[in-house]
Amino acid sequence: MLTASAILTDGLVYAAYLFIVAIGLTLIFGVMKILNVAHGSFYAFGAYGAATAVGIYTNADWPAAIGFLLMLAMGMAIGLVLGIILERGILRLVYGKDEVIIVLVTYATFLILEDVIVLIWGPQSYAAYQPMVSAGNIEIGELVLSNYDIVLVAIAALLAGLAYWALKFTRYGRLLTTVIFDRETAAAFGVNVTLVYTVTFVIGAMLGALGGAVMAPKIAVTLGIGVEVIVLAFAVVAIGGMGSIEGALVGALIVGICRAAAVHLVPQIELFVIYGVMALVLVVRPYGLFVRAQPRKI
Amino acid sequence: MGGRGQLAGGLMFLFAAAAAPLLPDWVVSLVTIAFANALVVLGLVVLWRAGLVSFGQALYYCIGAYAVALTARWTGFTDVFALVVIGGVAAGLMAVLIGFLLARYREIFFAMLSLALSMILYGVLVKSESLGSTDGFSVATPTFLGYAPHRDALGLALYWLTLGVDAIGAMLVGVYFRSVAGALAAPIRDNEIRVEFLGVSVTSIIHIKVVIAGILGGLGGALAALAIGHVDPNMSYWTTSGGFVFVTILAGSGYVAAAFVGSLVFEAVRSFAFDVMPQLWQMTLGSVLLLTILFLPDGLGSLVARLKRRGEAKS
Repeated sequence: MLTASAILTDGLVYAAYLFIVAIGLTLIFGVMKILNVAHGSFYAFGAYGAATAVGIYTNADWPAAIGFLLMLAMGMAIGLVLGIILERGILRLVYGKDEVIIVLVTYATFLILEDVIVLIWGPQSYAAYQPMVSAGNIEIGELVLSNYDIVLVAIAALLAGLAYWALKFTRYGRLLTTVIFDRETAAAFGVNVTLVYTVTFVIGAMLGALGGAVMAPKIAVTLGIGVEVIVLAFAVVAIGGMGSIEGALVGALIVGICRAAAVHLVPQIELFVIYGVMALVLVVRPYGLFVRAQPRKI
Repeated sequence: MGGRGQLAGGLMFLFAAAAAPLLPDWVVSLVTIAFANALVVLGLVVLWRAGLVSFGQALYYCIGAYAVALTARWTGFTDVFALVVIGGVAAGLMAVLIGFLLARYREIFFAMLSLALSMILYGVLVKSESLGSTDGFSVATPTFLGYAPHRDALGLALYWLTLGVDAIGAMLVGVYFRSVAGALAAPIRDNEIRVEFLGVSVTSIIHIKVVIAGILGGLGGALAALAIGHVDPNMSYWTTSGGFVFVTILAGSGYVAAAFVGSLVFEAVRSFAFDVMPQLWQMTLGSVLLLTILFLPDGLGSLVARLKRRGEAKS
């Protein structure tokens, strides 16, 4: 019984993390049809930025709540800057090329940004566990939960709700939906697609960096964290259906709970299970769970 | 590339083979690794001609390498010719199986699913403690039909072996490119429904391409395992696949020879960048890739075509 509830809570926390990372990736793909490998870099930059912020506030002895907010703000600010630079500076040049070519462009960007991290923060790793410690623990029955994990799940839930609300009930969200549905028709009706692309990419980048920022206290911030994240986020998004936000949510839950189950029951297959589930889902639903069938063009 | 191209290619291989004893050791080992990897790239070129990019070609590379290492370890059998064939066959069989799933996909989904499959192997290998987990294990010193060279002689022998396998592989892929199935690659890339209206099964053509690429990947992995003398799970990690894709884009899909030249350039740039600026070599790679895509979208091979056209215009 304890194992079952541990699997459920661990799975939920892991799913929350996966969702925060994957939502930006799926948003960018949905609108721009770009599979953004550099999303891993956004995550890494967010994590490094948060580690710096934690360093600042522990030195200045500010209260933990302000430190936490500073961490989030730092992550989002970095995402904002990076997103604008990448979209305006690089991606703008390759719109209209093959989707696969654009993947390679983002892969090249990812390689470059990996070394930019070394240039800015150096090769050493950073610890940013203070917010996690100061948040404390809570006991529910026999289960000990970190308050920080609960905040993480709350942030993921908030993001999911916010995304739903923004897409369904705001003017910008409605415009976005038309662009997702058919870019050319939307442009013909006067939607400023170029602007929508920039804004979407920047929001996606901020979400990726936010994912890194909130995860920083839970991990060792070190070189190569972006590499792992990007394939995990791919798996989540592929399961749910690329470009679908509810898909990212369901995909994150499936992967999160399967991985938690594997960790608790058969730790040897931890990594295997994530991609195993993905391959299994794709055998049954070739384009993911939440994707409309596409007509074939002759 | 017709008969003349093949003759030129053959002469280049003979020249490279003859020059070996005169070259310093580090050049020999660099070229051996580069040409082992070139086979994997050649497989990616086969796919790329039909518009497919596999971000998981390291799967076959790794299977080929581990097939060699495990055969040598479990049976004590160390003959290189048999080992290389075993590596290729093991990866080829895997490709036949995976092809049933993969041949239904195109574009990004093809790339991602192959990536996921290679990560499955990575996950399994990392957790297999009997196979050395993340450290991997060493490959037994190979023999050549009973001849057991050491050190420098071994390096030279592996160099010649790699050249031989490459020459055969390049020739067969050249033949495939000129066959009907090979020539249909570009039409599939442009519009596959029209190809199906010709009465050709696109799925089975792509399945064959996946298997060809898999066999080439396995051969490359087998040769690399013998040349490096060590195998580890990183051979299946997605960044390894990314490196192969990188060389494919750099080389372009126009010529078989481009895969070899591209691989050589890549390996040379990598060791150079590693020596001179170890902190910045990924940035160098990324910038080169970006510039290639922006200014040479058909790869280095297209430079040759451009020069040729200019020559024809003058004469």
